[in-house]
Amino acid sequence: MARVEDRIDVELAAATAADDAAHPRPRGDFARLPWGSFVIIAVLILVAVLAPLIAPHSPTEQSLPDKLLPPAWEAGGSTRHLLGTDVLGRDVLSRLLYGARVSLIVAAVALLAGGGIGLAVGIVSGYLGGRTDSFLMRTVDATLTFPTILIALLLAVSLGPGLKTIAIAITVLIWARFARVVRGEVLAVKTRDFVALARVHGCSHLRIMAVHIVPNVLNTFMVLLTLHIGFVIIIEASLSFLGAGIPPPTPSWGQMVSDGRSHIASAWWLSVVPGAAIMLVVLAFNLFGDWLRDWLDPRLRQV
Amino acid sequence: MAAGAPVVLEVRDLRAYLYTRWGVVRAVDGVSFALREGETLGLVGESGCGKTMTGLSLVRLLPEPAGRIVDGQVLLEGEDLLTKSEPEMRYVRGRRMSMILQDPQTSLNPVFTIGDQILEALRQGRADGGRSLVARAEDALRRVKVAAPEQRMRAYPHQMSGGMKQRVVGAIAVAGEPRVLIADEPTTALDVTIQLQYLALLKEIQARTRLAMLFITHDFGIVARMCDRVAVMYAGRIVETGPTRALFRAPRHPYTEALMASVPRMEGAVTRLPSIEGQPPPLHDLPTGCRFADRCAYVDDRCRREYPPTMAIGPAHEAACWRIERSPSSR
Repeated sequence: MARVEDRIDVELAAATAADDAAHPRPRGDFARLPWGSFVIIAVLILVAVLAPLIAPHSPTEQSLPDKLLPPAWEAGGSTRHLLGTDVLGRDVLSRLLYGARVSLIVAAVALLAGGGIGLAVGIVSGYLGGRTDSFLMRTVDATLTFPTILIALLLAVSLGPGLKTIAIAITVLIWARFARVVRGEVLAVKTRDFVALARVHGCSHLRIMAVHIVPNVLNTFMVLLTLHIGFVIIIEASLSFLGAGIPPPTPSWGQMVSDGRSHIASAWWLSVVPGAAIMLVVLAFNLFGDWLRDWLDPRLRQV
Repeated sequence: MAAGAPVVLEVRDLRAYLYTRWGVVRAVDGVSFALREGETLGLVGESGCGKTMTGLSLVRLLPEPAGRIVDGQVLLEGEDLLTKSEPEMRYVRGRRMSMILQDPQTSLNPVFTIGDQILEALRQGRADGGRSLVARAEDALRRVKVAAPEQRMRAYPHQMSGGMKQRVVGAIAVAGEPRVLIADEPTTALDVTIQLQYLALLKEIQARTRLAMLFITHDFGIVARMCDRVAVMYAGRIVETGPTRALFRAPRHPYTEALMASVPRMEGAVTRLPSIEGQPPPLHDLPTGCRFADRCAYVDDRCRREYPPTMAIGPAHEAACWRIERSPSSR
């Protein structure tokens, strides 16, 4: 017997070494990182946090003599107002910087709430299956049939405009998307043997869901979350554009686009500047989400 | 080998059905066997005969909501597991009865390190204090002959080979020091050289812990190497049980006989390998008589009418076939 064991030990040591050689640890490829989107996202966060410090003017300070000044590089523009002023003489740059706060806060709150609810519902639905699953998934289907903007407008009107309303409206709209995708992932994960073995080792259902299932769907969830930041920013902008968003004195990008609409022929910067900001930020988050998805997928990482 | 040892697990007339859209699938339909301390019982049979369902029934982890245990008793050290509540069962699983499944690729959670997973099993298992959990986890790895356990603790499953993973699964399975281990084709996914090592390892763990093992497989080579006794299962029932040697030398049930005949042999002239004609009956539409009747060479009217009782042949050797009654000379 002893001889057999010795042989096994030797073979195993060799196998261990071979294992290490066959699976080298992945190295990050620095140049392939989406630097463009990193920079835009970093700037956005920085600007939102530091808005009071870096904004040249108050975002609500009106100055009628200075109204409708063009950006600094246009004829008639001045360096006091780098991106020009609006109808009431408010500094567009300052409003843009403060507007970033609104976008980020709404995105963060709505995604945390909506994503959290979606994750929980998806996990429970996928893991328990049966009637619970049918009921929750039909609710998801029903939620997804509502036209996005219509339901958001309805909520905004019934709850009264404000930051809280927008966050609630968006939460109500997006949780179902998370729930559906997460549930699909859970269905795939729960059939794997380690879930059955966790039961064999005496884990409760609750513990299996929290400890074994959640970490396995977290990749998908994170990617989904990132890809939805852009979506949420657009909904917020759309709602503000339609007048059901943040009430006027507080600057928000959607509202700025809306305000500039009637002056688009004479003062293009009023709409184009916040419009471009929305586009850049959404693009940056989407690129970041795509990259995150590829990076978290081990099959694509090695290529 | 373990004839005098106490019986750890006794299964009496176990019936586990699957309630599906197409009808009731009688996957386990009256299975009885006993398992003694330190003994290995091989449960063999073709795919879909109810081997795995039997294993899952013992720990009460049938696929929900379709699977249900309808009748029978599962006595673990005298206690009937089928009357226990779910929280009580949780205490039984892992600590008194454990399991190794077929595929090491999916038996480990890909997002945790090996160490974390062994620690979890230890935490769920008995908490008898003393040494730190980490040291015990490293010991568990050392016992399944994983080289450099301190480093392996931090490895993720994808960084290990299949054989290594299955060894870790084994370490987790015996971490709670169970009395009974259900091994459901633990080596099917491993290549042949690794299979041998793994089987030797299981044998060694068993020798040390006096573990009773239910070894589910369809490989007679493994049965011959591993098992003290064999139970042959066909269409939801055990048709023949006996000591490995006796059963291999003189199979009494026509199904066992046919199975033996269809195992390729090294010696003798190369001829066409005999095979068993036909298909087993569908488990949702079983005949009243012997389930093997349609494929049996010795079938007569009584076989089709009535299911044969289990009859003793020799010491601890029994089979369910009418032919045995007719030929008492076999004693």
